Amino acid sequence: MPRAGTAPSRRTCLARWPWVLLLLAGGAAAQEDSLPSLTGTPGDAVRGRAIVTTRQRGLCLLCHSGPFPEERFQGDLAPGLAGAGSRLSEGQLRLRLVDGRRLNPQTIMPSYYRSEGLHQVGPAWQGRTILTAEEIEDVVAFLLTLRD
Amino acid sequence: MRRAALALLLAPLIALAAAAQPQSGFELMAPETQAMQRDDTANPGMLWVQEGEALWQQSGCAGCHGDAAASMRGAAARYPVYDEARAGPIDLAGRINQCRVERQGAPALALEGEPLLALGSFVAHQSRGLPVAPPADPRLAPARAQGEALFRERRGQLNLSCAQCHDDNAGRRLAGSPIPQGHPNGYPLYRLEWQGMGSLQRRLRNCMAGVRSEPFAYGAPEYIAIETFLMSRAAGLLLETPAVRP
Ligand code: HEC
Ligand code: HEC
Repeated sequence: MPRAGTAPSRRTCLARWPWVLLLLAGGAAAQEDSLPSLTGTPGDAVRGRAIVTTRQRGLCLLCHSGPFPEERFQGDLAPGLAGAGSRLSEGQLRLRLVDGRRLNPQTIMPSYYRSEGLHQVGPAWQGRTILTAEEIEDVVAFLLTLRD
Repeated sequence: MRRAALALLLAPLIALAAAAQPQSGFELMAPETQAMQRDDTANPGMLWVQEGEALWQQSGCAGCHGDAAASMRGAAARYPVYDEARAGPIDLAGRINQCRVERQGAPALALEGEPLLALGSFVAHQSRGLPVAPPADPRLAPARAQGEALFRERRGQLNLSCAQCHDDNAGRRLAGSPIPQGHPNGYPLYRLEWQGMGSLQRRLRNCMAGVRSEPFAYGAPEYIAIETFLMSRAAGLLLETPAVRP
């Protein structure tokens, strides 16, 4: 590595190109957009719907809206959930629930299955994920039923 | 023709100025709640102001400060101010207690207790209608910077910062409620959800608990730092104490 501030010679620059290309390709392959099942058992879409629409469980409707006519108070900080199951695959939905920060570090959507990397968590919630693995699978199963 | 061209030229500037202007949470409230705040006979917070006026007379504040309408006018628009004894900012509630303990030899009033809320509301009410005017005292700069850092820091199990709601998403709806810009210009205020009066610190604790983070203890220097920052962010907004909020 040339030290910062010293311009590498043209030769070394060219000589490094193949490596840069390899790194880029490797980076793209490692960039995951999907996660396998957390439990190995399919989730229950009915339970998933209840989690999504219950304010204190899923908290989803704080930010999202969706095809839930009985829910009067829905948020508008995030894309609507209608059609989520046609836009995204099962694995893609799971990754967005488990830890959306892997795709967008700035996202306001909480990581529902991650308990590290947090700050000043209240004692009642410390070391716990927002949803359990089973609940994540239930929500994924439900979101897959939301088709345009 | 010239006028139209001028208007075209100025329009973006005016829009910019409007965007930079802080907006009170009052503007986002339902018309009934706004009416309740505007009408002193309907505003429940006025009961605390009246109670505070009685305490002002009874507990000897008037002995030093005389007529609050003159001596306390503008105080709430400036606070927190720098306090030599604390070598840092002091908020209004802290000053009221400092007067009691050091000048009157009386016990401090409990933070968030009714007597302190009443006195605080009465004192802040003397500045109703005045613009928030934080002092340009450089000794407040460290607290202001600490407050801003706390405002931007993500916290709690939901991993959200104050700024993500109150800067980035203000005006949007969190479930049913519009997110205000989060200004401190109405406190102490009557909140319908509390069915009572509360301080800015109570509000901040609500927001912190809402993201499942551990709130600081009442009176913690962190709150006073956040308040110092929020007041500079709200400069120019008119004080509303006692405000009403949903
Ligand atoms: C605090 C806000 C917030 C909460 C709570 C929240 N989300 Fe999100 N969600 C977002 C935002 C914002 C996005 C947009 C993606 C981004 O920010 O990177 C998003 C993206 C998504 C997506 C991808 C949508 C698409 O079309 O690409 C899905 C699916 C989703 N959320 C489902 C949920 C579910 C289910 C819950 C509850 C269990 C939930 N969200 C809770 C804010 C939130
Ligand atoms: C998840 C979103 C969210 C986060 C994060 C959040 N708040 Fe709030 N805040 C709100 C909402 C919504 C209200 C209005 C509540 C209501 O009226 O019911 C509010 C109200 C306020 C108010 C009162 C404004 C008024 O007009 O009286 C202040 C001040 C405030 N927040 C400051 C903060 C600070 C400081 C933080 C960080 C420690 C913070 N908030 C974090 C959503 C949030």
